[in-house]
Amino acid sequence: MSKNGPVALVYHTLFVIFMLAPILVVCFVAFTPEGYLSFPTDRWSLRWFYAIGRYPEFISAFWRSLWLGALSSAIAVAFSVPAALAIGRHRFRGRDAMTALFMSPLMIPHVVLGIAFLRFFTELGLGGTFVGLVLAHIVVVLPFALRLTLASAVGLDRSIEHAAISLGASDRTVLRRITLPLVLPGLISGSALAFINSFDEVTMTVFIAAPGTETLPVRMFLYIQDNIDPLVTSVSAVVIAVTVLALIALDRAYGLERLLVGRSADGR
Amino acid sequence: MKSTPYLLSLPALLLFGAIVIIPLVMTVLLSFHDWGQYKGIEPVFTLKNWREVFTDSYFLEMFWRTFRIAFFVTLFAALLGAPEAYILNRMKSPWRGLFLLVILGPLLISVVARTLGWALLFGGNSGLINKALVSMGVISAPLPFMFTETGVIVALTHVLMPYMVLAVWAALQRLDPQVENAAVALGASPFTVVRRIVLPQVMPGILSGAIIVFALAASAFATPAIIGGRRLKVASTLAYDEFLNTLNWPLGAAVAVLLLVALVAIVVGASRLVERRYAQVFG
Repeated sequence: MSKNGPVALVYHTLFVIFMLAPILVVCFVAFTPEGYLSFPTDRWSLRWFYAIGRYPEFISAFWRSLWLGALSSAIAVAFSVPAALAIGRHRFRGRDAMTALFMSPLMIPHVVLGIAFLRFFTELGLGGTFVGLVLAHIVVVLPFALRLTLASAVGLDRSIEHAAISLGASDRTVLRRITLPLVLPGLISGSALAFINSFDEVTMTVFIAAPGTETLPVRMFLYIQDNIDPLVTSVSAVVIAVTVLALIALDRAYGLERLLVGRSADGR
Repeated sequence: MKSTPYLLSLPALLLFGAIVIIPLVMTVLLSFHDWGQYKGIEPVFTLKNWREVFTDSYFLEMFWRTFRIAFFVTLFAALLGAPEAYILNRMKSPWRGLFLLVILGPLLISVVARTLGWALLFGGNSGLINKALVSMGVISAPLPFMFTETGVIVALTHVLMPYMVLAVWAALQRLDPQVENAAVALGASPFTVVRRIVLPQVMPGILSGAIIVFALAASAFATPAIIGGRRLKVASTLAYDEFLNTLNWPLGAAVAVLLLVALVAIVVGASRLVERRYAQVFG
């Protein structure tokens, strides 16, 4: 394959700077020793990271986001595994419509979902509750869980199951010992992607969270609306660090390219 | 068994019926309800909100701004992202995987944190780049960024860029490098190879990336809310204000439903066009 020329490499460098600059600047400013936004040059300080401790609403929002992500992704996976087996391995009437329905949260603007849930949960008496947040998050992260479990359900080799059946295994045993372990990689990566999307969701959540059930991105968003100061940069730096750690773990375990692109970039 | 697939997908179907379809139908109905400062929401049938959305020039201007921003974001994402995907695809093994992660990774980092980065770089007098440029004497006053359309477009282009690179990258994976080599062997210049061989083949990827980026840009909320603030409203931030500040839920619902319908129409229409245009090549 032909190589990139110098112009291409210069372009590539500028592009990478463009992509990384806003993220890096947040992380650097978080280490400022000053009381205002500035780029730390000679002195670095953890002052603003310690300051997070004085804002219990950020701490509790962080734990709430973690719980919300864990619960909603686990439940979304539980719903999507049987659905993925149905869609991936059967031909039936309404299959395409069903897939479109399950994928629809990707296409419906999250503002519209937020508005719809706000009204719906208020009527049900679930307005501003954690249960409402979990229900809403299950729905918006389910497409991510379904897509990856579907990918492994489609690629599943039926002959292994047939072999188990011919050796006398019951339906339940085939499911537990053969089918589920085979879709496990898709299940794990699907729940990881679902977790990250729940952890970062802000647009829909801002409508349905109330004081006391705010998630971390919502708390950050509302804080930035009022003032931008070094505190919010240190909170953002922590969020970025958590996400990057999750990404590295995911990359080691599954391969991030496979997760995002659908196949390995170098495996051809 | 014939009923197996239905039984398997029943839990998810019930879930979606209960907490996707019902709330959406309720929102559509809500947009036909009446509202008053003192009487609150009245469940009567009225076209008042829809008339207001379609006739008031304020809403017209706001929707026009929303789609103008989405258009420029899509344009810049395609112009900048497609060449980068091509360059990435030509890189050698460890680098191409590494840089693909560097460029796609931000997709999973909180959009609030990414937008905050742009506010830190350019925001007002304290923006780091603005401060540096002013102190170096390059510019006399800080570049306007916060509360401007330019600012929203730049930040949104950054936020949505990974989707474009991803779509073009996926299209490039289907390309046969031998065709490029054949063109070079037959004496084509690199520019001709890109224009006549590569571009026509990755065009479906660019277009599908453009559809995704446009839809997400037109419905984006956090970035226009932080950069544009209350002064520069788009459809989603306006709906937010109607719901949580003015408390005129029926009017906010009308804005949201219109945004949803417009987007679905544009996305479905554009996808049909792309599919029809390229059906002969990729059918």
